[in-house]
Amino acid sequence: MRLSDLPKGAPAVVDRVDDAHASDPIAQRLRDLGFVEGEPVRVVACGPLGADPLLIQIGSTRFALRRTEAERVTVRTGAAA
Amino acid sequence: MSASTLRIALVGNPNCGKTALFNQLTGGRQKVANYAGVTVERKEGRFTAPSGRVLHLLDLPGTYSFDANSPDEQITRDVCEGVYPGEPAPDLIVCVADATNLRLHLRFVLEVKRLGRPVVLALNMMDTARRRGIVIDVPELQRRLGLPVVETVAVKRGGAKALIERVDGEVPVAAPVQPDDAASRADLHAQVRELLAATVVMPRSTDAMDDALDRWALHPVFGLGILAVLMFLIFQAVFSWAKPLMDGIQAGITVLGAWMTQALPAESALHSLLNDGIFAGLGAVLVFLPQILILFLFILILEESGYLPRAAFLLDKLMFKAGLTGRAFIPLLSSFACAIPGIMATRSITDPRDRLTTILVAPLMTCSARLPVYTLLIAAFIPQRTVWGIFNLQGVVLFTLYVAGIVSALTVAFVIKRFRKDKSEHALLMELPSYRLPNVRDVALGLWERAKIFLKRVGGIILALTVLLWFLSSFPGAPEGATQPAINYSLAGRLGHLLHYVFAPIGFNWQICIALIPGLAAREVAVSALGTVYAMSGGHEAVASQLGPVIAQQWPLATALSLLAWYVFAPQCISTLAVIRRETNSWRNVAITAGYLFGLAYLASLIAYQIAKAMT
Repeated sequence: MRLSDLPKGAPAVVDRVDDAHASDPIAQRLRDLGFVEGEPVRVVACGPLGADPLLIQIGSTRFALRRTEAERVTVRTGAAA
Repeated sequence: MSASTLRIALVGNPNCGKTALFNQLTGGRQKVANYAGVTVERKEGRFTAPSGRVLHLLDLPGTYSFDANSPDEQITRDVCEGVYPGEPAPDLIVCVADATNLRLHLRFVLEVKRLGRPVVLALNMMDTARRRGIVIDVPELQRRLGLPVVETVAVKRGGAKALIERVDGEVPVAAPVQPDDAASRADLHAQVRELLAATVVMPRSTDAMDDALDRWALHPVFGLGILAVLMFLIFQAVFSWAKPLMDGIQAGITVLGAWMTQALPAESALHSLLNDGIFAGLGAVLVFLPQILILFLFILILEESGYLPRAAFLLDKLMFKAGLTGRAFIPLLSSFACAIPGIMATRSITDPRDRLTTILVAPLMTCSARLPVYTLLIAAFIPQRTVWGIFNLQGVVLFTLYVAGIVSALTVAFVIKRFRKDKSEHALLMELPSYRLPNVRDVALGLWERAKIFLKRVGGIILALTVLLWFLSSFPGAPEGATQPAINYSLAGRLGHLLHYVFAPIGFNWQICIALIPGLAAREVAVSALGTVYAMSGGHEAVASQLGPVIAQQWPLATALSLLAWYVFAPQCISTLAVIRRETNSWRNVAITAGYLFGLAYLASLIAYQIAKAMT
């Protein structure tokens, strides 16, 4: 499941970050910021227009990601994890 | 390294409290400049340690990694490695980490450690960590990292004591240099996880207070409501709180001017220079310092409290649609005070394309230098009365002018987005830090820094220009038996009359045309220039303080509205154009900015003037 499809408040863990294209700097930055295998994530809030951007809780940090950025992150939900 | 001085570089993730720690250590003894040739801010300070040793402290830009995605990161890395030209290698690196957010911050600590230089880790915000029940086994962390670790509370008096003692002691031994490649990069996360498991106990990953506040602040409806109310309150405050202070400054300058010139003969050129040039001009500008400071006070408090990124979150979609990014909100909001710090603040936008668009539209934000023009015209032409029960009509007009600036900025950004060639994706990826009570010292230092910039501009460029304008409008003097006011015969008068051909269709008289010339250097100068022009033509008694009533008598309403519309776009600010040149390293961007602003200003004034003339 993609992080962008994760319902608000549902617990999940990061599976992987995919490059949207070759040497994708956004994907690399996501990995640097801690979006790596096994990290628990949660959608905390959504922006007021079109539920974009998403506010993602990862560890004790909160990041605002646009939907297109969150699409790069694949997550496992409680049942699958 | 000499025995008596030590060079320390301060590094850390954004939002680790690094700047607060820097302020705590150095107090007012700091110097802000730029790295040569680039646009990254260089902040240096010094303090004397208990041993008598002088410690030089360099505050490096906050970075998440040494990936070098942006000039900030590149410089931080180069300075730390001691390869930045003209910057001596630091004797010691102090790496600051937020104790409540170690999962993110420790990764950068490990990156810094791999540089192979002496490093001390400062665990900052230890008070918050304790309040949240976070327990850190510092000795064990120190042992596992192989670095000295100290606890700090940057926002409390004496909160850096342990750090001062540590850096004043022996310089720690550097870890061996380690290669930086993709494999070892991925390995860092594993190391961080191991460190956290062994040394940190966290009862819950978030702060309960942040969760509660964010439920309201980021709510799709209430969040936007709170933001709108905050913005509106700020602008009402700028208009009403500053009034008594402004009256005080005005009175003080009048008294000072009279006292300074009483010994001089009333008809001498020096008397005229002091009264009509320096005091009339400078006074009319200095009087707006309170408004600028109040605006900056609000911006600094919003910045310190952690609210600004929330506002960016709420507005990102809207700004993204317009071709900007939520991050542009902070620079654009700063541009309400002045486009120069605003454009400089675009450095926090890591993406060059988003950054350029933000820079191009930043001058459309109503900077405080326009306030003198707005307040003068509003006070003179808009009646003081209450509308819709609670609002002051003058305040409403001012608010409308601000909204006009914002709407045109979004429109211009949208046009740029539609017509640029590069349509690839650029990221938001923004951290929302914990809420904090703004620290009085940090806000005061920030305010002082801005006041200094404004006063320097008043003292330097503006004073020089006011005197130049006085000269232009005094020489050559009127011929024998002249019937017109003396300024009509001066250089400025001739220039104003020439420009009048261009500006007559938008309702500007020649006095305004003259004032536009020095207004090129800084917009607020236009007011003092008008003051000088009218003081010169109306006799010595008509000084700038009486400018409002004078123009209210002499200008038609259509001209005033046209000038207000002009100043929504007003391209003329050489300092802004200079900073665009410096920040983008391109004359082309300067020409584009000046050109499109002039076009919009002329068009808006033309429409405003012709409609108002037809209706009155």
